[in-house]
Amino acid sequence: MKHKKIVVFLLAAIGLLVLPLVLQGVGNAWVRIADMALLYVLLAVGLNIVVGYAGLLDLGYVAFFAIGAYMYGLLASPHLTESFEWFAAMFPNGLHSPIWVVIPVAAGLAAVFGVLLGAPTLRLRGDYLAIVTLGFGEIIRVFLNNLDHPVNITNGPKGMGQIDSLSFFGHSFGKSIEVAGYEINSVTLYYYLFLTLVVVSVVISHRLQLSRVGRAWMAIREDEIAAKAMGINTRNLKLSAFGMGATFGGVSGAMFASFQGFISPESFSLMESVMIVAMVVLGGIGHLPGVILGAVALSALPEVLRYVAAPLQSMTGGRLDASILRQLLIALAMISVMLLRPRGLWPAPEHGKSLPSTKS
Amino acid sequence: MTDTVLNVAGVSKRFGGLQALSDVGISIQRGQVYGLIGPNGAGKTTFFNVLTGLYTPDTGTFQLAGKAYKPTAVHEVAKAGIARTFQNIRLFSDMTALENVMVGRHVRTHSGLLGAIFRTPGFKAEEAAIAQRAQELLDYVGIGRLAEFKARTLSYGDQRRLEIARALATDPQLIALDEPAAGMNSTAKVMLRELIDKIRNDNRTILLIEHDVKLVMGLCDRVTVLDYGKQIAEGTPADVQRNEKVIEAYLGTNAH
Repeated sequence: MKHKKIVVFLLAAIGLLVLPLVLQGVGNAWVRIADMALLYVLLAVGLNIVVGYAGLLDLGYVAFFAIGAYMYGLLASPHLTESFEWFAAMFPNGLHSPIWVVIPVAAGLAAVFGVLLGAPTLRLRGDYLAIVTLGFGEIIRVFLNNLDHPVNITNGPKGMGQIDSLSFFGHSFGKSIEVAGYEINSVTLYYYLFLTLVVVSVVISHRLQLSRVGRAWMAIREDEIAAKAMGINTRNLKLSAFGMGATFGGVSGAMFASFQGFISPESFSLMESVMIVAMVVLGGIGHLPGVILGAVALSALPEVLRYVAAPLQSMTGGRLDASILRQLLIALAMISVMLLRPRGLWPAPEHGKSLPSTKS
Repeated sequence: MTDTVLNVAGVSKRFGGLQALSDVGISIQRGQVYGLIGPNGAGKTTFFNVLTGLYTPDTGTFQLAGKAYKPTAVHEVAKAGIARTFQNIRLFSDMTALENVMVGRHVRTHSGLLGAIFRTPGFKAEEAAIAQRAQELLDYVGIGRLAEFKARTLSYGDQRRLEIARALATDPQLIALDEPAAGMNSTAKVMLRELIDKIRNDNRTILLIEHDVKLVMGLCDRVTVLDYGKQIAEGTPADVQRNEKVIEAYLGTNAH
């Protein structure tokens, strides 16, 4: 049993490492899809802490993604030096922060915002919490959209461009490298970076689940009044869940900004939040393997359908619009998953064991 | 014996025009089972909720094991040392029985986020101690073999036991049981009574709110009777049973 597990684990690891090299042969677009899927996995694993463990339905999670992205955008694009003379005087070459600075700062800043946005919602539950967090998510986006005057901080709807690629020991992820005569593209390098982050985040999330704090989160999810009666300080623990969940979003956002090289408020719409929640729910709420599966499925599916929808369109003589057809298929897929597997694609096991027949 | 665990005096609570509690006070000694009875609407649950911090009292002084405590927040009261169960069982139903009791240890343990993320030696040792203590408590209440089952799959009686084990896990000075026999048949009641007896014999202190007069009279060392928010009798079960006011509250007055 244990050997079998190790073999499966090794095969999965090798598969994940080789995957981009194979996809690279087919086309860089496919590697990009895999990269984005990994970023979504990072987001879904983060949101799973808030929604899955602590049971706080957060519909504004994309705000932390946006905060991470804009933080990196400010640190790594010429925007600040162009907009502020004093800043240009201080840093004539602009800020080009290394990865060691970016990740902790993105995580920390997002955590601070997670706690700040979580604090007013502590007394709310269920639907009401969802509505308020939805509002907060939109507020962040509206701020980003409008903070271009009187002082131009975010460059408004025009967005921020020329964002540096991340660098790692002086080597930029934006350039391809050659290993043993084999060329590894920039997107493939990003794939490995994101994969590392996903692995780290999954390990952190798994460890939290099996800890005193994780149990307290789940107790709050199951029954808040009973949790309080057990001496759990629900205020602090809810805030720590919001903060902890937000860190993953912030890191993911910073990665997104460096990967795309351009960010604008459009990328952080309500629809993104909804999609991340859908990934968590569709995959299997609170169950890490399910959440990862959900994120991969929902982020890769639309892209894969691009290649399916076009032939379907030509089959119908062009009467069906490809983009509409694609959305229709996604919707159908989501509805059928929820009908056939209401607890998610890969839910947590229902019972530990079946009950022994002898009653006490 | 003057080892007073709980000393509460002058508790009043008003909801709008309704005086739910007026000047109620009880004193519980270590190792006692203290009963709180009364007809429906007498204020038992209100008193209980005031004691455990769910409602803020209008007046009253509260002392637990010689130290004054303020019942202002439920989790603070649990930390101070009162653990409670609920009339309509409130377990963490999607967690295993063991995990339920492990949550009870939360208030007496300390590891935080960083300890969990880095799996520090301190964290591991504490986790092991929590799991061990939780398993001991499950064995103590007699459901040790059900440790790995989800709480909601347990039978009603076992869920009651689990709730009591979870309360014991907080190392309480006082265990407050809110109608533990509600919805139980007579066999289950006998077993519950044995468990409460066992807990008392381990020198723990229990406050019991109960509808079932027979259970209370058979089990309690002292009893307080509430009626319309007033304390109408206090004493040993035998005294209380003979008290005119109590008989009147339960059976009504004789017609003249």
